[in-house]
Amino acid sequence: MLRYIVKRLISLAISLIVASVVIFVVVEIAPGDPASFMLGINAQPDTIAALRTELGLDQSKLDRYLSWVGGMLIGDFGTSYTYRTPVAQMIADRMWVSLPLAIYALTLSTVIAFPAGIFAAARRGGPGDLAVTGATQLGVAIPNFWFAMMLVLIFALQLRWFSAGGFPGWDKGFWGGMKALTLPAIALALPQAAILTRVMRSSLLDILGEDFMRTARAKGLSARQALWRHGLRNALIPVLTIIGLQFAFLLAGAIIIEQVFFLPGLGRLIFQAITQRDLIVVESVVMLLVFAVIMVNFLVDLAYAAVDPRLRTRT
Amino acid sequence: MTLLSIENLTLAIQGTPILHSISLNIAAGEITALTGESGSGKSMTAFATMGLLPKGTATSGTIAFDDANLLALPEPQMCDLRGREIGMVFQEPMTALNPVQTIGAQVMETILVHKAMTPEQAETRARDVLDRVGLPPDRFPLSRYPHELSGGQRQRVVIAMAIALRLRLLIADEPTTALDVTTQAQILNLLKRLVKEDDMALMMITHDLAVVSDMADTLNVMRHGEIVESGPTAQVLRDMRHPYTRQLFEASRHQAELGSAKADAPLLSVQNVSRDYPLPRATLFGTRPMFRAVKDVSFEIRRGERVGLVGESGCGKSTLTRAILGLEPVQSGQITLDGDPVWQDGHPNLNVRRKMQVVFQDPYGSFNPRHRVARLITEPFHLLTDPPKGGERDTAVSEALTAVGLKPEDANRHIHAFSGGQRQRIAIARALIIKPDLIVFDEAVSALDVRVRAQILDLMADLSRAYGLTYLFISHDLSVVRSITDRVMVMRAGEIVEDRPTADIFAAPNHIYTRELMTAAPQLPDFPEAQDAPQPAL
Repeated sequence: MLRYIVKRLISLAISLIVASVVIFVVVEIAPGDPASFMLGINAQPDTIAALRTELGLDQSKLDRYLSWVGGMLIGDFGTSYTYRTPVAQMIADRMWVSLPLAIYALTLSTVIAFPAGIFAAARRGGPGDLAVTGATQLGVAIPNFWFAMMLVLIFALQLRWFSAGGFPGWDKGFWGGMKALTLPAIALALPQAAILTRVMRSSLLDILGEDFMRTARAKGLSARQALWRHGLRNALIPVLTIIGLQFAFLLAGAIIIEQVFFLPGLGRLIFQAITQRDLIVVESVVMLLVFAVIMVNFLVDLAYAAVDPRLRTRT
Repeated sequence: MTLLSIENLTLAIQGTPILHSISLNIAAGEITALTGESGSGKSMTAFATMGLLPKGTATSGTIAFDDANLLALPEPQMCDLRGREIGMVFQEPMTALNPVQTIGAQVMETILVHKAMTPEQAETRARDVLDRVGLPPDRFPLSRYPHELSGGQRQRVVIAMAIALRLRLLIADEPTTALDVTTQAQILNLLKRLVKEDDMALMMITHDLAVVSDMADTLNVMRHGEIVESGPTAQVLRDMRHPYTRQLFEASRHQAELGSAKADAPLLSVQNVSRDYPLPRATLFGTRPMFRAVKDVSFEIRRGERVGLVGESGCGKSTLTRAILGLEPVQSGQITLDGDPVWQDGHPNLNVRRKMQVVFQDPYGSFNPRHRVARLITEPFHLLTDPPKGGERDTAVSEALTAVGLKPEDANRHIHAFSGGQRQRIAIARALIIKPDLIVFDEAVSALDVRVRAQILDLMADLSRAYGLTYLFISHDLSVVRSITDRVMVMRAGEIVEDRPTADIFAAPNHIYTRELMTAAPQLPDFPEAQDAPQPAL
């Protein structure tokens, strides 16, 4: 088991290094000079040169890469070209919106998908199964911003249960923040829940056809007991994979939902940074997201091993 | 005293009749066998008794167990009986256990689900019962997972699970079909012992007459959902009143008419071949240890010879086969066909590949279901530099299909339209179509019913005589190898331990391992009436 973890950690470190190089190179070759962008089209060449020196843009590529990576390791993400504030602080502010939103949405999607998937699998081909499968097809097909607009129309404008957008901040109280995130979380969660339900259902159906499910029935377990005791854990592996992918997507991919609900999240930050050539912010946010995805995958790997004993002994 | 009494059991799934008025009785302490070919309704009889029939099954008749009619019993009461009074063991031990639970948890579950004991008592019982089936707690603690056990050991766990509470009726559905002969013998002995010790009734389902004759008190021969003959085993096998029983019996000991081997110049030569596989690293950064699957093996096959290669699973015969076919490189030694190496400059030698073909065990899995037969059997043409086209190609297809006993019109059909035996004929046609020198049969008849198997063996023998083909016949089944080969090689742990003419080896095996294999293989009794077969069967 220890070996399994160490191996995963090594591959995690390698992925991070490769990702940092790729991000740096890609952002470097993107057209547009941040210094001239910041000073406008009428700036004097020597002013631009001075700013380039100040920003460190005149150093060699390798030096800039190393100081960028070295800074990140001690929590220094540099200073935003546009806002002249520490990038770490900007990201941290946005993270307090994006991370709770992602966790909230993922929790909702899991809470919806598990019972729905199990319900449908246990009633394969019956009316309950058809209803669930039909609903998931709708959920996958309809884009989440449409859900978002419908939620705003119904719950904010008609019923006035929630505000239509904006985020009051956590210092005004936990529940106030949660309330502001509820509609966005639901809008994000519904399509994800639809996908996860389908994965859960088909994964369970595969398992229900396995020989050991028949063995369980031969021992005297009822169909329901066999499903819960032997089916569920075996069906979890593909489901965990999807949950890991969804978390990464929810963290960074919420940009449209953030726009609909006027949330100051990571998605909006990176979108603004790209339009303003704020390269240092782009690099740092993307790197952070890569880090989050790789960490989540690492946790999913650990979860696999917890679920499946065969992985603990295999290399 | 009768424990289970099946009366006029008729069964249909989605309107398709499966069983027609089956009646049989099983008494405590008795072994009753159901035998017959696939689709005869053996397993459905078992599932009906277990109350585990698929959805959409209509039944009539009665299955009386202790005066209760199992067919009419509500599901909660059936759940209560299953595992406590009636248990079942299945064919495929590799998949019959839940891979994510320990064997202890799975054995204990049988006890706990019936609330028969406290968890502490159940744990003690689980240890005892695993010990009883031959898995002592010091070597097989309850914390083991199924993937850490071999097939035979897993089958023992499945049996332990079934008998954890004192069963009165155990149903075993082909319990040893997936196992090697020596393991099979051990499992059969275990079942016999348990029946005797617990005074349990055993319903044994098997297609293998040799297993039945050795084991069962009562024999029921089934065909097309009917019991065609039943009675005490010795009597049924002696009288064989129904022609079907006799057909089954004769097919089981069928000897193909091989003709004498021509055996002139050497065709395939295997010289000092070794094949290594890397194992997982023992330490994180250490070098990977190697497992030597084939150890310095040398032999020759002469043109026109039919050679068998037998051994148990894991002995290296599949590895050796892949090396001969040029699918994988070897670490040392050389394999040549007609003087040319099968593997050259880091890739398979195409000049050699077109001189040999292979036929696998699973005829369905080795065909693309979306292609028509004509396309399937012309697949080897890609090995030729100038493959036949147009009318020439059609002629080749017709000839190949005719040679294996099919009709030229079958070329336009898809593979799902054929039975298992016909599919194996198509696989042979595919091998024949480029007129190879050597055909490798890898467990090619293991999945077939005995009568079909006898026909395919005859076909192989005919083709060998007609075209002077050379065969390498790989199997774990001694009786099959005996009927189709001139010479047998016995392989064990990567080495060939005995290599002699078939008749000699079966008359007097030299190596102790060969003797073990032969003793372990169940044998058909030799009744005077059945001696019109060419040779006494194994």
